[in-house]
Amino acid sequence: MDRIPILKMGRVLLVTIQVDMHDRLALALQDDLSERIVRDGARGVLIDISSLEIVDSFIGRVLGDIAAVSRVLDAVTVVVGMQPAVAITLVELGLSLPGVRTALNVERGMELLRAVTMEDEPDPVDDAGPEG
Amino acid sequence: MMRVRKDESRPLRAEDDVVRARQAVRSWAVEMGFSLIDQTKLVTAASELARNTVVYGGGGTLRMEALEDGPRAGLRLVFADEGPGIADIDTALRDGYTTGGGLGLGLGGARRLVTEFAIDSAPGQGTRITVVKWK
Repeated sequence: MDRIPILKMGRVLLVTIQVDMHDRLALALQDDLSERIVRDGARGVLIDISSLEIVDSFIGRVLGDIAAVSRVLDAVTVVVGMQPAVAITLVELGLSLPGVRTALNVERGMELLRAVTMEDEPDPVDDAGPEG
Repeated sequence: MMRVRKDESRPLRAEDDVVRARQAVRSWAVEMGFSLIDQTKLVTAASELARNTVVYGGGGTLRMEALEDGPRAGLRLVFADEGPGIADIDTALRDGYTTGGGLGLGLGGARRLVTEFAIDSAPGQGTRITVVKWK
Protein backbone atom coordinates (compact mmCIF):
# COMPACT_ATOMS: atom_id res chain seq x y z
CA MET A 1 0.00 0.00 0.00
CA ASP A 2 1.10 3.56 -0.64
CA ARG A 3 2.44 5.55 2.27
CA ILE A 4 3.01 9.26 2.71
CA PRO A 5 6.70 9.79 3.53
CA ILE A 6 7.62 11.18 6.95
CA LEU A 7 10.92 13.06 7.22
CA LYS A 8 12.78 13.68 10.46
CA MET A 9 14.50 16.99 11.08
CA GLY A 10 15.92 17.26 14.56
CA ARG A 11 13.01 16.67 16.89
CA VAL A 12 10.43 17.54 14.28
CA LEU A 13 8.67 15.18 11.88
CA LEU A 14 7.85 16.69 8.50
CA VAL A 15 5.05 15.55 6.23
CA THR A 16 4.14 17.05 2.88
CA ILE A 17 0.88 15.75 1.50
CA GLN A 18 1.20 15.93 -2.26
CA VAL A 19 -1.40 13.46 -3.44
CA ASP A 20 -5.16 13.39 -3.46
CA MET A 21 -5.46 11.03 -0.49
CA HIS A 22 -7.98 8.26 -0.34
CA ASP A 23 -9.29 7.64 3.15
CA ARG A 24 -7.12 4.62 3.95
CA LEU A 25 -4.00 6.58 3.05
CA ALA A 26 -4.99 9.33 5.48
CA LEU A 27 -5.58 6.77 8.25
CA ALA A 28 -2.23 5.10 7.48
CA LEU A 29 -0.53 8.48 7.86
CA GLN A 30 -2.18 8.92 11.26
CA ASP A 31 -0.90 5.50 12.41
CA ASP A 32 2.59 6.06 10.99
CA LEU A 33 2.91 9.46 12.64
CA SER A 34 1.83 8.17 16.05
CA GLU A 35 4.39 5.40 15.79
CA ARG A 36 7.17 7.72 14.62
CA ILE A 37 6.53 10.31 17.35
CA VAL A 38 7.26 7.63 19.93
CA ARG A 39 10.10 5.90 18.08
CA ASP A 40 11.94 9.13 17.21
CA GLY A 41 11.08 10.99 20.41
CA ALA A 42 9.67 13.79 18.26
CA ARG A 43 8.43 16.96 19.95
CA GLY A 44 6.80 18.47 16.90
CA VAL A 45 4.94 17.43 13.76
CA LEU A 46 4.64 19.74 10.78
CA ILE A 47 2.09 18.84 8.11
CA ASP A 48 2.26 20.82 4.90
CA ILE A 49 -1.08 20.75 3.08
CA SER A 50 -0.30 23.45 0.51
CA SER A 51 -0.78 20.93 -2.31
CA LEU A 52 -4.15 19.75 -1.02
CA GLU A 53 -6.99 21.02 -3.19
CA ILE A 54 -9.69 20.14 -0.68
CA VAL A 55 -10.04 19.26 2.98
CA ASP A 56 -13.33 17.48 3.56
CA SER A 57 -14.79 16.30 6.86
CA PHE A 58 -12.83 13.06 6.74
CA ILE A 59 -9.44 14.69 6.20
CA GLY A 60 -10.44 17.32 8.77
CA ARG A 61 -11.15 14.60 11.28
CA VAL A 62 -7.84 12.89 10.55
CA LEU A 63 -5.91 16.16 11.04
CA GLY A 64 -7.75 16.70 14.34
CA ASP A 65 -7.00 13.15 15.47
CA ILE A 66 -3.32 13.50 14.56
CA ALA A 67 -3.15 16.70 16.62
CA ALA A 68 -4.92 15.04 19.56
CA VAL A 69 -2.78 11.88 19.51
CA SER A 70 0.43 13.88 19.22
CA ARG A 71 -0.63 16.02 22.18
CA VAL A 72 -1.13 12.90 24.28
CA LEU A 73 2.33 11.75 23.18
CA ASP A 74 3.82 15.10 24.23
CA ALA A 75 4.33 16.49 20.75
CA VAL A 76 2.82 19.50 19.01
CA THR A 77 1.27 19.31 15.54
CA VAL A 78 1.13 22.30 13.23
CA VAL A 79 -0.76 22.23 9.93
CA VAL A 80 0.63 24.71 7.43
CA GLY A 81 -0.02 26.06 3.96
CA MET A 82 -3.78 25.76 3.65
CA GLN A 83 -4.99 27.37 0.42
CA PRO A 84 -7.49 30.22 0.88
CA ALA A 85 -10.22 28.48 -1.14
CA VAL A 86 -9.78 25.40 1.04
CA ALA A 87 -10.06 27.49 4.22
CA ILE A 88 -13.25 29.20 3.03
CA THR A 89 -14.82 25.89 2.05
CA LEU A 90 -13.79 24.22 5.28
CA VAL A 91 -15.47 26.85 7.42
CA GLU A 92 -18.62 26.76 5.30
CA LEU A 93 -18.65 23.00 5.62
CA GLY A 94 -18.79 23.55 9.38
CA LEU A 95 -15.23 22.57 10.25
CA SER A 96 -12.87 24.90 12.04
CA LEU A 97 -10.28 22.26 13.00
CA PRO A 98 -10.56 22.75 16.76
CA GLY A 99 -7.41 21.75 18.58
CA VAL A 100 -5.28 21.94 15.44
CA ARG A 101 -2.56 24.58 15.39
CA THR A 102 -2.08 26.19 12.02
CA ALA A 103 0.52 28.45 10.44
CA LEU A 104 0.55 30.23 7.13
CA ASN A 105 3.58 28.47 5.69
CA VAL A 106 6.36 26.01 6.49
CA GLU A 107 8.69 28.75 7.73
CA ARG A 108 6.21 30.09 10.27
CA GLY A 109 5.22 26.59 11.27
CA MET A 110 8.85 25.72 11.98
CA GLU A 111 9.25 28.91 14.03
CA LEU A 112 6.23 27.95 16.08
CA LEU A 113 7.53 24.43 16.65
CA ARG A 114 10.99 25.70 17.49
CA ALA A 115 9.53 27.99 20.14
CA VAL A 116 7.53 25.14 21.64
CA THR A 117 10.25 22.49 21.51
CA MET A 118 13.01 24.82 22.73
CA GLU A 119 11.14 25.43 25.96
CA ASP A 120 12.62 22.39 27.64
CA GLU A 121 15.84 21.54 25.87
CA PRO A 122 17.81 22.73 22.87
CA ASP A 123 17.21 21.15 19.52
CA PRO A 124 20.03 18.68 18.79
CA VAL A 125 20.25 19.91 15.21
CA ASP A 126 21.55 23.43 14.94
CA ASP A 127 20.02 24.79 11.77
CA ALA A 128 22.04 28.01 11.98
CA GLY A 129 24.82 26.14 10.18
CA PRO A 130 28.45 25.68 11.21
CA GLU A 131 29.77 28.25 13.63
CA GLY A 132 32.43 30.46 12.13
CA MET B 1 -35.32 26.36 -21.18
CA MET B 2 -32.92 24.16 -19.29
CA ARG B 3 -30.96 21.62 -21.22
CA VAL B 4 -28.24 19.11 -20.42
CA ARG B 5 -25.20 19.93 -22.52
CA LYS B 6 -23.11 16.95 -21.45
CA ASP B 7 -23.52 14.05 -19.09
CA GLU B 8 -21.60 11.11 -17.73
CA SER B 9 -22.15 8.36 -15.18
CA ARG B 10 -19.40 6.89 -13.04
CA PRO B 11 -19.35 3.99 -10.60
CA LEU B 12 -18.90 4.63 -6.89
CA ARG B 13 -17.95 1.23 -5.55
CA ALA B 14 -14.73 1.64 -3.59
CA GLU B 15 -12.67 4.33 -1.90
CA ASP B 16 -10.58 4.88 -5.01
CA ASP B 17 -13.77 5.78 -6.88
CA VAL B 18 -14.26 8.63 -4.40
CA VAL B 19 -10.85 10.02 -5.40
CA ARG B 20 -11.69 9.59 -9.09
CA ALA B 21 -15.10 11.25 -8.59
CA ARG B 22 -13.41 14.26 -6.97
CA GLN B 23 -11.01 14.51 -9.91
CA ALA B 24 -13.82 14.24 -12.46
CA VAL B 25 -15.91 16.92 -10.71
CA ARG B 26 -12.86 19.16 -10.54
CA SER B 27 -12.13 18.78 -14.24
CA TRP B 28 -15.76 19.51 -15.21
CA ALA B 29 -15.90 22.53 -12.90
CA VAL B 30 -12.67 23.89 -14.39
CA GLU B 31 -13.91 23.32 -17.92
CA MET B 32 -17.19 25.08 -17.14
CA GLY B 33 -15.32 28.10 -15.83
CA PHE B 34 -16.28 27.95 -12.14
CA SER B 35 -14.15 30.16 -9.88
CA LEU B 36 -11.49 28.45 -7.79
CA ILE B 37 -13.61 28.83 -4.64
CA ASP B 38 -16.68 27.35 -6.32
CA GLN B 39 -14.58 24.51 -7.75
CA THR B 40 -13.33 23.80 -4.25
CA LYS B 41 -16.85 23.86 -2.81
CA LEU B 42 -18.16 21.54 -5.52
CA VAL B 43 -15.32 19.06 -5.15
CA THR B 44 -15.62 19.08 -1.36
CA ALA B 45 -19.39 18.50 -1.51
CA ALA B 46 -18.82 15.72 -4.06
CA SER B 47 -16.24 14.12 -1.79
CA GLU B 48 -18.65 14.04 1.17
CA LEU B 49 -21.53 12.67 -0.87
CA ALA B 50 -19.47 10.14 -2.83
CA ARG B 51 -18.05 8.79 0.42
CA ASN B 52 -21.57 8.44 1.83
CA THR B 53 -22.61 6.51 -1.28
CA VAL B 54 -19.70 4.10 -0.85
CA VAL B 55 -19.67 3.77 2.94
CA TYR B 56 -23.36 3.98 3.88
CA GLY B 57 -25.05 3.15 0.58
CA GLY B 58 -22.91 0.12 -0.17
CA GLY B 59 -21.84 1.64 -3.48
CA GLY B 60 -23.75 3.23 -6.34
CA THR B 61 -23.24 5.75 -9.08
CA LEU B 62 -22.45 9.39 -9.67
CA ARG B 63 -24.16 11.08 -12.59
CA MET B 64 -22.71 14.39 -13.73
CA GLU B 65 -24.64 16.82 -15.92
CA ALA B 66 -23.50 20.13 -17.35
CA LEU B 67 -26.64 22.30 -17.39
CA GLU B 68 -27.52 25.30 -19.48
CA ASP B 69 -30.46 27.46 -18.54
CA GLY B 70 -30.43 30.49 -20.81
CA PRO B 71 -27.29 32.39 -19.91
CA ARG B 72 -26.77 30.35 -16.74
CA ALA B 73 -24.50 27.34 -16.54
CA GLY B 74 -24.61 24.84 -13.73
CA LEU B 75 -23.21 21.49 -12.69
CA ARG B 76 -25.63 18.88 -11.42
CA LEU B 77 -24.39 15.85 -9.50
CA VAL B 78 -26.63 12.92 -8.68
CA PHE B 79 -25.41 10.37 -6.12
CA ALA B 80 -27.54 7.24 -6.18
CA ASP B 81 -27.31 4.01 -4.24
CA GLU B 82 -29.56 1.07 -3.43
CA GLY B 83 -28.46 0.84 0.17
CA PRO B 84 -30.51 0.90 3.37
CA GLY B 85 -31.83 4.42 2.76
CA ILE B 86 -32.31 7.19 5.31
CA ALA B 87 -35.20 6.89 7.77
CA ASP B 88 -35.09 10.40 9.18
CA ILE B 89 -33.71 12.88 6.64
CA ASP B 90 -34.03 15.92 8.93
CA THR B 91 -31.90 14.26 11.57
CA ALA B 92 -29.39 13.05 8.98
CA LEU B 93 -28.94 16.64 7.79
CA ARG B 94 -28.24 17.95 11.28
CA ASP B 95 -24.62 18.84 11.98
CA GLY B 96 -22.99 16.45 14.36
CA TYR B 97 -25.31 13.55 13.61
CA THR B 98 -23.50 10.44 12.46
CA THR B 99 -24.09 6.72 12.32
CA GLY B 100 -20.52 6.14 11.20
CA GLY B 101 -17.21 7.30 12.55
CA GLY B 102 -17.29 10.71 10.94
CA LEU B 103 -17.94 14.17 12.24
CA GLY B 104 -21.53 14.14 11.05
CA LEU B 105 -20.90 17.11 8.80
CA GLY B 106 -21.17 15.29 5.50
CA LEU B 107 -24.77 15.86 4.46
CA GLY B 108 -25.49 19.18 6.13
CA GLY B 109 -22.05 20.46 5.19
CA ALA B 110 -22.42 19.42 1.56
CA ARG B 111 -25.80 21.17 1.43
CA ARG B 112 -24.18 24.47 2.46
CA LEU B 113 -21.62 24.22 -0.35
CA VAL B 114 -24.09 24.02 -3.26
CA THR B 115 -26.99 26.06 -4.64
CA GLU B 116 -29.64 23.34 -4.77
CA PHE B 117 -29.83 20.20 -2.68
CA ALA B 118 -32.45 17.43 -2.72
CA ILE B 119 -32.64 14.04 -1.00
CA ASP B 120 -34.92 11.27 -2.14
CA SER B 121 -34.68 8.34 0.25
CA ALA B 122 -36.70 5.92 2.33
CA PRO B 123 -35.77 2.87 4.42
CA GLY B 124 -34.99 -0.04 2.11
CA GLN B 125 -35.36 2.15 -0.98
CA GLY B 126 -31.84 3.45 -1.42
CA THR B 127 -30.81 7.08 -1.48
CA ARG B 128 -30.63 9.61 -4.27
CA ILE B 129 -29.04 12.97 -3.56
CA THR B 130 -29.12 15.66 -6.23
CA VAL B 131 -27.06 18.82 -5.96
CA VAL B 132 -26.65 21.70 -8.38
CA LYS B 133 -24.22 24.56 -8.30
CA TRP B 134 -24.95 27.44 -10.64
CA LYS B 135 -22.17 29.70 -11.80
